[in-house]
Amino acid sequence: MNTRHPVPGYLDEGGHYGRFGGRFSPEALVAALDEVTEAWDKAKADPDFQAELSALLADYTGRPSPLTDAKNFSAHCSGARVLLKREDLNHTGSHKINNVLGQALLTKRMGKTRVIAETGAGQHGVATATACALLGLECVVYMGEEDTRRQALNVARMNLLGAEVIPVTIGSRTLKDAVNEAFRDWVANVDSTHYLLGTVAGPHPFPSMVRDLHYVIGAEAREQVLERTGALPDAVAACVGGGSNAIGIFAAFVPDDSVRLYGFEAGGDGVQSGRHAASITGGSPGVFQGTRTFVLQDEYGQTVPSHSISAGLDYPAVGPEHAWLAESGRATYSAVTDADAMEAFRLLCRTEGIIPAIESAHALAGARTIGAELGPEATILVNLSGRGDKDVNTAAAYFGLTGDDEGQQA
Amino acid sequence: MTTLQSKLAQAKEQGRAALIGYLPAGFPDVESSIRVVQAMVEGGCDVIEVGLPYSDPTMDGPTIQKAADMALVAGTTPKDVLAVVRATAETGAAALVMSYWNPIERYGVDAFAADMAAAGGAGVITPDLIPEEAEPWIAASDAAGLDRVFLVAPSSTDARLALTCQASRGFVYAASLMGVTGTRAEVSGMAERLVERTRVVTADSGLPVCVGLGISNGAQAAQVAAYADGVIVGAGFCQRILDAPDLETGLVAVRSFATELAEGVRSAR
Repeated sequence: MNTRHPVPGYLDEGGHYGRFGGRFSPEALVAALDEVTEAWDKAKADPDFQAELSALLADYTGRPSPLTDAKNFSAHCSGARVLLKREDLNHTGSHKINNVLGQALLTKRMGKTRVIAETGAGQHGVATATACALLGLECVVYMGEEDTRRQALNVARMNLLGAEVIPVTIGSRTLKDAVNEAFRDWVANVDSTHYLLGTVAGPHPFPSMVRDLHYVIGAEAREQVLERTGALPDAVAACVGGGSNAIGIFAAFVPDDSVRLYGFEAGGDGVQSGRHAASITGGSPGVFQGTRTFVLQDEYGQTVPSHSISAGLDYPAVGPEHAWLAESGRATYSAVTDADAMEAFRLLCRTEGIIPAIESAHALAGARTIGAELGPEATILVNLSGRGDKDVNTAAAYFGLTGDDEGQQA
Repeated sequence: MTTLQSKLAQAKEQGRAALIGYLPAGFPDVESSIRVVQAMVEGGCDVIEVGLPYSDPTMDGPTIQKAADMALVAGTTPKDVLAVVRATAETGAAALVMSYWNPIERYGVDAFAADMAAAGGAGVITPDLIPEEAEPWIAASDAAGLDRVFLVAPSSTDARLALTCQASRGFVYAASLMGVTGTRAEVSGMAERLVERTRVVTADSGLPVCVGLGISNGAQAAQVAAYADGVIVGAGFCQRILDAPDLETGLVAVRSFATELAEGVRSAR
C-alpha cells in the first residue's frame, strides 16, 4: 500500500506554506521539534519503518479501508454518484489511528517512553491510548473538563486501555485548552516524552508529518475510484476542524487539476451568528498554537471560543496547509450548519445503514450541495472519517429520541 | 541607548544584577495594575515587564494564567497595556512589554513598535517568537529604536544560542529550566550552566544575560544574581496580589517582596 507521498512544492524547509505555517513556539521546544523533524525525515526514507507501519495499517487497523457506493444516499445528492471512503471502519473508529500508529512508532525510534496527547471528543485520545497499549508506551491524555463530561464513555475507553486522562480545568475547558496543557507538559518533560499531536496544526513539523501519515487515505481512495469508475472523481469532500482527514484525502488529488477539492467547516448556528468553528470561512489570519493560519479571534488577537455540535470540529483554528490551499484557490472551503449536518447524518443512517460521526456528516451535507451544483453525472468522493457510535447520545437528544424533552437542543 | 540598556549598565556599575519584575497589565484591573507597578519600582525593581494578557498562554503556569485571565475578564486591551507602559516609564524604571506574538501581529507589527516607543517603552520580550520567524519584528523594532529580547533555554544548541543572541538587543532572556512560569522551591541547576554557555557567544557583544523562571525569594535572587546580569521575577508578584484580601494589603506585600529581592541582588557579590 502506498504510504509514500510527494512533498508539495509549496512547502519550504521551515514548514511554511506560503505565508502560513512555520514555527511559533518557545525556544525550549525548538530542539525537540528539530529532533522530531529529523527522526521523521529518516523514518520516511527507511524501508524498515515503512514496512513496520504498513504491516500495522494492514493487520491491525484493517487497511485498505473500503470504498462504498452510496447508491441510496445519492438520491439526496441530486443523483450524483457518491463514493464513501470508509475510514469509519478502521480500528478505533476513525482515521485518527493512521497518524497515531506512525507517531507512536516514531516515539520508540526516538527512544522516548512516554506519550502525551490532547483530545476533544476523545477519538484521538482513544487512538493514542490504543497505540500506546500496543507498543508499551506510557500514555497521558489531556482533555477539557467539559469534554470529559460530554464524552464519559471515551474517558472510560482510554482508562481501560491504560491511559491516564487529565481533565483540563482552565480557560474554556475544551480542546484548545487541552492543547495548551499538552504543550506545558511537553516543555517540562521533553527528554522522556513525545507530544503526539492529533491534527495537522501546531508548529513545524507536525502539520506536514501528520499529513504524510494520513496520505494513505487519499492514495488508496484515488486508486479505488479509478478502478471502480475508470476515471478520477469530479470532487472530493471532507470535513475540516484541524483538518487531518481532509488533508489526508486531498493530498493525493492536489496535483489532479480536474478534481475539485471541498472542505466543510463546522458552521454551528451559522457563521453570521458568531457561534461556529469555521476558521477559514469566518476567521482571519493569525498565529495560534505554534503556527500561522486562519484563527477565530477578536480585534485584539484574543482567541474566540468555537462552537459546533461536533466536538471533533470544535477548534478555533485550522491546519496551515488548508489555509494555503484556501488562499491559493486550489481547495474551496465553506461552512455547514449543525442543522444541515444533522440532516445529512439522519439521511445516511436511514438510506445506507451507516451511522457516521457527526464530524463526517458535515462532509455528507457538503456532498449534497456539490451534487446540486455539479448534477447527476458527477462523481463525488466523500471521506467518511469516523463512525457515529460516540455520537449516539448527542444525536438521540437532537432528534428527540431520548424520551425527555431535550430534542433539537443538544 | 534605551532606558533598558542604561538601567542594566547602571546596575553593572554598581556591581550587581538588575531586578526585573513582571506583571500583566490590567491585573487585577488597569488602574490597580499601575499602582502595583509603582509599588514594585518603589521596592527596588529596575525594570518592569508589562505583560500583555493573552487567551492562550502556553508558556505560563497556573499563577500567571490566573492573573492574565483576570486582566482579560476586566477587559484589558493593547491600548491599556500601552497606558501601563507609559505609567511605568514615568516611575523612572525601564518599561518592557512581554507578549505572545499574535496580539502584536493583530495590532500591526509596525504600529505596535511605533506606539510602544511613543509610550516610552524600551523594548519587547517575545516568548513564542524565534528569530527565524521574526523578520518583520526585527525591522519594526529597528525602525522604532526598541530593544528586542528573545529567549534561550537549557535545550538550545550552541548554534541557536549564537543565532538568538545575535538577534537580541537589550538583553537575552535565559529560561532557567525546562518548564512554564511559576515559583519553584529551588532554582534549577541548569540556569548557571546555560548562562555560562550563553556568555561564550556574547563575549564580543557584551549582551547582558538575564535569568527568569522559578525565582521566588531573596535568597534565590541572590543565588542567580551571582552569575546573571539580571534577575526576572513574575509569578511571586502576581501571587501576592492574588493572596491579598484587598489591593492596599497587596501593595504592601508587593513592595516588601520587591525590597527582599532588591536586597537579594545586592548581597550576591
